[in-house]
Order: sequence, then structure tokens, then C-alpha cells
Amino acid sequence: MATTATTASSIPADAARRPASQWWIWLMIAGLALLPLLGGKTGLISNYSFLQLSLMIVYAIAVLGLILLTGFNGQISLGHGAFFAVGAYTSAVLIDQAGWPYWATLPVAAIVCFLVGYIFGMPALRLEGHYLALATFALAVAVPQFLKYRHFEWFTNGVQGINIFKPDPPFGLPLSADQWMYLIVLLVAVLMFWIARNLLDSRTGRAMMAIRDHSMAASTMGVNVAHYKTMVFGISALYTGVAGALHALIFEFVAPDSFRFELSIAILVGAVVGGIASLPGAVIGGIFVQVIEKYADALTKKLTAAVNLPLDLEPWTIYGIALILLMYIMPMGIAGGLSALWRKLKGP
Amino acid sequence: MTLATRRSLLAASGALALALAVSPASAQKKYDEGATDTEIKVGNTNPYSGNASAYGTIGKAIDAYFKMVNEQGGINGRKINFISYDDGYAPPKTVEMVRKLVEEDQVLFVFQTLGTPPNTAIQKYLNGKKVPQLFVATGASKWGHYKENPWTMGFQPDYVTESIIYAKHILANVQDPKIGVLMQNDDYGKDYFNGFKQGLGKDADKLIVQLATYEVTDPTVDSQMIQLKNSGANVFFNITTPKFAAQAIKKAAEIGWKPAHYLNNVSASIGAVIKPAGFENAQDIITAYYIKDPTDPQFQNDKDVVEWRAFMQKYYPTGNLIDSSNAYAYAVSSLLQHVLKQCGDDLTRENVMRQAANVKNLQLPMVLEGIKVNTSPTDFYPLQSVRLARFKGEKWELFGDILSNESSTQ
Amino acid sequence: MEQLLQQVASGLANGAIYACLALALVMIFVSTDHINFAQGELSMFSAYLVWQLMQWGMNFWVALPIVALLSFLIGVMVERVILRPLHGAPVLSIVVVFIGLLAIFHSLAGAIWGHTIKEFPSPFPNIAFAGSGYIGPHQIGMILVTLLLLVTLFAFFRFTPLGLAMRAAAQNPASARLAGIRVDWMLALGWGLAAAIGAVAGSLVAPAVYLEPNMMASILLYGFAGALVGGIASPGGAVAGGFIVGVLENLIAYFGNLLERSTGVYVIGNGEKLTVALIIVITVLTLKPSGLFGHVTVRRV
Repeated sequence: MATTATTASSIPADAARRPASQWWIWLMIAGLALLPLLGGKTGLISNYSFLQLSLMIVYAIAVLGLILLTGFNGQISLGHGAFFAVGAYTSAVLIDQAGWPYWATLPVAAIVCFLVGYIFGMPALRLEGHYLALATFALAVAVPQFLKYRHFEWFTNGVQGINIFKPDPPFGLPLSADQWMYLIVLLVAVLMFWIARNLLDSRTGRAMMAIRDHSMAASTMGVNVAHYKTMVFGISALYTGVAGALHALIFEFVAPDSFRFELSIAILVGAVVGGIASLPGAVIGGIFVQVIEKYADALTKKLTAAVNLPLDLEPWTIYGIALILLMYIMPMGIAGGLSALWRKLKGP
Repeated sequence: MTLATRRSLLAASGALALALAVSPASAQKKYDEGATDTEIKVGNTNPYSGNASAYGTIGKAIDAYFKMVNEQGGINGRKINFISYDDGYAPPKTVEMVRKLVEEDQVLFVFQTLGTPPNTAIQKYLNGKKVPQLFVATGASKWGHYKENPWTMGFQPDYVTESIIYAKHILANVQDPKIGVLMQNDDYGKDYFNGFKQGLGKDADKLIVQLATYEVTDPTVDSQMIQLKNSGANVFFNITTPKFAAQAIKKAAEIGWKPAHYLNNVSASIGAVIKPAGFENAQDIITAYYIKDPTDPQFQNDKDVVEWRAFMQKYYPTGNLIDSSNAYAYAVSSLLQHVLKQCGDDLTRENVMRQAANVKNLQLPMVLEGIKVNTSPTDFYPLQSVRLARFKGEKWELFGDILSNESSTQ
Repeated sequence: MEQLLQQVASGLANGAIYACLALALVMIFVSTDHINFAQGELSMFSAYLVWQLMQWGMNFWVALPIVALLSFLIGVMVERVILRPLHGAPVLSIVVVFIGLLAIFHSLAGAIWGHTIKEFPSPFPNIAFAGSGYIGPHQIGMILVTLLLLVTLFAFFRFTPLGLAMRAAAQNPASARLAGIRVDWMLALGWGLAAAIGAVAGSLVAPAVYLEPNMMASILLYGFAGALVGGIASPGGAVAGGFIVGVLENLIAYFGNLLERSTGVYVIGNGEKLTVALIIVITVLTLKPSGLFGHVTVRRV
């Protein structure tokens, strides 16, 4: 396998198998879209649950952005939280300062983040592995400082953050704001995953993966490595930025403190745990980011109650152990592990 | 009308008048979500992890306090179910956890949520849902704006009040003041700084010769302290959290800078800040005092402190006895206990707010004698008084009168 | 002028902190080719162990070697038990394992000792000397110990058979095995040494910044930047890198402040100094990718 610093798992070998399994994905999406009807009125699915679902999808989009860059193009990023923040702030500032409607801010956030990613991708061309890791780490650290920068305060509102309002369902539809947000997020996610799927299946996708596997060979084959690498950085930033914008709408508040370094690490962990080079992996990763802390918290509380330890056990310990165990059992991520299992079950 | 009828009419009207005049703790039981005959659910978020994890002890101390209250029979026969979640000081997490508390756990109200950005993030939601955001654990001045946010109430003397008091003291006591400020670059620091400028008046920009900021992620504030010394400042306003306060005090001594030093109350703990910084380096520092510091020698045998220590040992044995956050938690929990008791059997959210806005001259344990809680429908700042103290030897020497800034929205 | 000197001195003092951590990072990188993101938390945990021993009455200079040995064993164990089974795994999976270790050590320290800051007395005698106004005795002590560590490591790698074996194992595991070197144990040794160095680093840092679980979190970035800008494969380079980053950051703040005071225009200040320093570091790296003192390794296609 490749010896570059960011090895990814092999291209999903089930490329040929996909057409057959497509229909059930669309069925699942339809089911998800109908949830507000089923759940809302009957009270089976609470608004809070829709909030949780929306967040899982938002993080899935964010993780997808990272996966496109790292899993499918071999460039590491420890700083994707930066693009998340840029997307969130773009949306919030447009709503707050310019009075734009929420849906119009999403494309702008996408474009702004693409540009930021593309521009960052240019010097990043010269950096690889650890050096790129440092550069992206620096980006993650720099963005909150930019948001607090004195000369930007007139539109970022500095440390106090910006308050915005969650969109209301249009045309007086009988949906709660949470359900409407959920549908928006679902629609955006379906669109973006569909685009990603098509991107990866195209020539661009193959070029991306060729660069990941052996960039020297790819360039000798005529692939314009520089062009693709910066493009992918831009696209990757675009995806995570849109996730950030959606996140801002969901929480109706952005502040520099919301986008610290921990966010970048969470996205990275989600990507690896989900499956660094797989689209289903992005979905699993998004779910993981959203639920792991609750499970760690709940488990910690149960353990503390059950066993009388001389110390105040903290959720991060459980979280850390979970990460290590997951990497043990499934070093290719959950998606990788599941597909290996599937292949084994199907037989030779 | 016969005499008998008149008498019975009088008696009846007397009884009616009495019934009307009686305190809200009347016989009729009224509940909103989170309150029943046997329990009251109280929600909270605290930073148990992350940069601000040092404050997580407050949540644990509150939990311990209500364990104690429950063991003693609860409040009006009801047990307190204190549900607290970690938000890591990240506003989105706070929103999520508070929504969980309100929508899933169905708490009656939210209490002592910690941090300015986290509380800013949840303020709109809670006011929209008409859930009390009670006695928030931050001194930002915005929590007393009862007109815009009638469901939000602060607790501690707010930062603006405190810094105005420092500013006035400087103007009255320092000849030709040249002020250097060290400020944590976030909402809490900004609030103190703005209040300070307000207190200095129109010459504020001339009087402040250097503002040095730092981030919570900075390893040290040494270079900022060097900057401040070299600016020629003879007054130092120290807006820092405990770790950086200790560093600043120590560094000032190391580089031989001896300004008139004003330290924000947030970092006035002897055990957690002054002692690590070095007693000899902290002489003559002035702060605004309102919580009895349990490591202050003058309170060693104080009745409150002895009681508090017993509480800590029994109910929160892993808690740190030198951390005055644990004293703060004790005081504010006591306030909540009082308010809930006052509610009697009317445990609607509206009544909780009404009773919270109806506390008169309450002396809380672990708060300095004479500093009392006062609230009213137009005064949502429970504690607004402090006493100035100067550090001498190994303790805080109180001086001057109690300084207040009763009522008035900042 | 005076302030400039003070800022440089302070920068060197901070730089010593970063250099120490950078040294531990280089140690693991040289032996295993990985950047150990959990290094900061391991160091912090070791510092707490030293603190605990001192609470029980031990002298710092007795406690430190004990904890260094203990940390060495912990490091070896971590490599053998947790990392060994993952030798063939993708790099990012190993990064996630490091993050897991980071979370575990961080929260264990908080769980055992709490989150309130603790005083950690300086082991260096508080003697006044010339230049006291610029730099304190602890900072001088830190710089000296860092340099001493550096020299010791250099000598170890250059002049001892074991050091040579470790370098061989890292550079060419296959050939090293053929030469009879137990490559697996060399990796474990690398980890053990890094953990021991980290213990020293943590114990030196704690008196300056106060002991608490978040102590090393931000320092890791500085150590990482310092190690890379100096040359991640070179201990001397890493140490130089650490000092450079420390001084650079203070100089940026100093000049930004100077600009503001003389012209009244605020361009950069304390909030931006780290960002600018990192931009400079990254620019250096784009121009000289192997770091200031590193060598370019040519890879065969």
C-alpha cells in the first residue's frame, strides 16, 4: 500500500455493486423525509430528537468534507473546524448585518468557504504529511483569533457573538421549526452526498484518488496534481463550511468560543471512526460525533453509581478507551469493518 | 341586619381578607413540568471538561448541597432532583443540553448555568419557552435586564458594578493614575473592561495607558506583564482567571513592578491564587470581596465556614477545601433553597420567578456579613454589594463600608 | 530597548518549555515515524506524579528520577500493549489512538487530582544574580536542563551502541533486523525515552505555568511548531525550533505594540501573535520543507 503519511483504505471495491443497491438508499431517504409527518403529530419523535437527527446529518456533511480531502485525496487536515466556523459566520453575518433570508446564505457560505479552502490549498501544495498537519492545526487555532480581531468586530461582534433566528416553516406548513430545519438539512445533505458520489465516480474522482495513491506516478500520467489538490481543498472546505452554516441556523448563535480546536479533532475522529474513504463512512462518522459524548457521559454516570471509585471518573476516559478499542477492532473505520464483514459473509 | 348576621359577615370578610393577604404559600397546589408532590427537577449545565473545567466543581458542590437538603427532608416535603450536564464551555453544547433539560428531562427551571457565552446562547430559547434561567453563574451585567428577558436573573455582584467601584477608588486614591490593564480576551474580560471604562468617566482613554490581552490558550502571560511594566503604568487592573492571575502576580514581582494592583474578585481566592503566587508578592492588592474565602485565616472559626467544611467533608469529600468556588456554590444553593421554600405549593415557573424577584434582605451563608440579597420586580441583581479588601500578611483585610449599587440596570 | 531585551529573555524562557516538549516529540518521531499527539498529556500526568511524591515529602530531585523511570515504563507499555497490534494500520487510525490516549491521560489527571490549579515549587534555588530583572532562576534552570538533555541525547545517539541500534531500526527496519537488532524493542525504547523526557519537561513547566490538567494542551502546538521548524528528525533542530518560536512570538507582540504606541494604529497585538508566528513558521516550511536544520531525504520512486 502507499507509504505516504496519509494512507487511506482502498477504493471501495463495491463500485460495481452499487447500481443494484441504489434503490434502497433512495427508499431510506424517503423514509427519513417523511419522519416529521409520522413523528411530529403523534408525538412519537420529539422536537429534541429532530434536533439530534439534524445535528447528526450536519456533522455527516462536515465529515464528508474532510473525507473528500483526506480519504480520497490523501491530504491531511487537522483544522477543518476552521472552515466550519467560516461557513457559520458567513451565514450569521449575512443574516444579522445584511438581513438576508437564511436559504440565500447557504450558497454564499459555500462559495466563500470554497475560496478560503482553495487559497489555503495553494501553499499547502508544498506541504505534506506532518507539515500539512501543522499548517492545518495552525489554521484551526487562527480562525477564532480572526473572529475576535479588533478590526473585524464591526461585523463579527467580537467575543460576544451573533444571535440569529431559526427559520420558520414557510407557507404556514404544520411543522415545528425543528422539523423544518431537519428537512432543510436532509435536503442539503442528500444533494451534497449525491454530488460527492458523482464527483468520485467521474474523471475528477479518479484523478483525486490517483494523486492519493501515488502522486508522482499520477503526474507522470498527465494528471495536473497542483490543480486537483487545490480544487479538492476548496471543495472539501465548501462541504464543511455548508455544514457550519446549517449548524449556525440550528443553534441561532455563533461565537468564537463555539469553534475551538476540539471541533477539528472531533471531525477528524468522526472521519476515521466512520471510515476515511467511504461515503457511508461519513454518515457513520457524523452520527458518531453527535452521540459518542452522550454515551460516554451516560456510561460514566452508571459506572460512578455502580462502582465506588476513589476518584471522580470523567467521560473523556471512556471516550478515549472507546476510540482505542474501535481502532483495534476496526482500523479501517466502522464502514471499513462492516464492508469487510459483509465480504466475508458473502463468501469468496 | 341582625347583630349576629353582621358579626358573621364581619368574621367572614375578615377571613376572606386574611386569605387574600396570606403569602403565596397557600393551600392550592399548582405545578408546571418538573414539579410534583414529591420532587422538583432543577436543570444545570457546567463546564466539567475543557478549558474552563476548573469551574466544574461548582456543579458538583451544588449537587452535594441538594443531597444534603434531601437528606434533611427536602423543601416543603419535596426532594430536589438536580440534573447537570457538561457543556465544555461551548455555546452550541450548552444549547443542546439545555434543550434536553427542558424538553426531555422536563425540568422546572434552569439554575446556575455557567459562563457568559453559554448563557448568551440559551437566553433567547429559555425566555421564549418561559423557563426561568435562574441565578446564572456569571457576573456579566446583561443578566439583570428584566424588561427584555423577564425569565433571566443573575446572582453575583456584576462585573460592571465591581469595576466601577475599582475605578472610583483609583480616581479617589491614586495621584496621576496611569493605568495598565491585563484582560482575558473574551466576553467576561470585555464586560469588566467596559465597566471599568464607564467608571473612569470621560477621561478613560487617557488614563488607560496600556491594554494587554491574553487568550485562555496562552501558556503564560509573562510577555504581557513585561509590556505593561514598560508602559509606565502605576496602576494595574488585573482581569484574569485564577491560573493567569497567579502568573501575573508572580511575574509582576519578578520584574520588579509595583503598581497599585486591583484584582478581580473572580481570582481573589487565597488558597487557589494568592498562595501559589506567593504571599510576599501579593501585598497590598485590592479586591472586591463578598464570598468568605475559606482559606482566609480571619474566618477559620467563623460559624459559616465551620458548617461549610463539615458539609464538604460529608457530602463532597473529593471537593477542594481551598477552592472558594465551593463556597460560592454553597451560598447560591442556599439562595435557591430559600426561594423554593418561599414558593410553597405553587410550583409554577411563573411563581418561581416571582419569588426569586421577591427576596428581601437575605443574609446567605458564606457571604460577608452585611451583604444581603435583595430582589424586586425591577431589580434582577440579587447581590449588588461588596466590600473592598486589601491583602496584608496572609489575609484579606476588609476596609471601608459596604459599597452598593442597588438596582439600576447597567 | 530594555523591553526588547526583556521580551527576548522571556521568549527564551518560554522557548525552553517548547523545546523540552519538542525534544520528546522528536524522540518518538525518530524511532517510530509518528507524531505523538498525546505527548503533552503524558508529560502533564508525569508532572502530577512528581507533585504527588513531593506532597508525600520527597525532594524534587529524588522524585523526578523515580517518575522519569515510571514514565519510561508507562511509555514502553503503551507502545507494546496499545500500539504494537496496530503497526500495520493506516496513519490516521494511529492518530486517533493518540487522541484516545490524550483523552484518557487528561481526564485521569482531572479525576485523580481535580481541576483546581496547584502550586508546584521550583526546584531551582531562588538566588539573585546579575540579569535578574530579565530572567528568573527557574527559567535559567529550565534552559540549562533542556540543553543538558539535548547533549545527553545527542551523545546517546552518536556514541552508544544502543543509540546506533535505535537509529538503524528507525531508518531501515529490515536491514536492522538482519543485523540482529530487536526492532520491536527499539520502538518501545523510543517511546519509553520520550515519556521520560516528557516527564522532565512537564516537571519543569509546572512551576512556571501552575499545575492543572489543561497545562500542556496549548503548549503541544508550540512544541509541534518548534519541532517542525527546526527539523523534526533532529533533536538539536527541535530544541532550536522551540526557542525560535518562543522568541518570535514575543517579538511579534512587541513590534505590534510598538507600532500601536507610536502611530496609534492597531495592526497586530497579543491576540494575533500566535497566528502570525505560525504563519511565519509555515512560510519557512514551504520554503525549506525539512525545517531549518533538517536534511532533505530523497525518496526513491
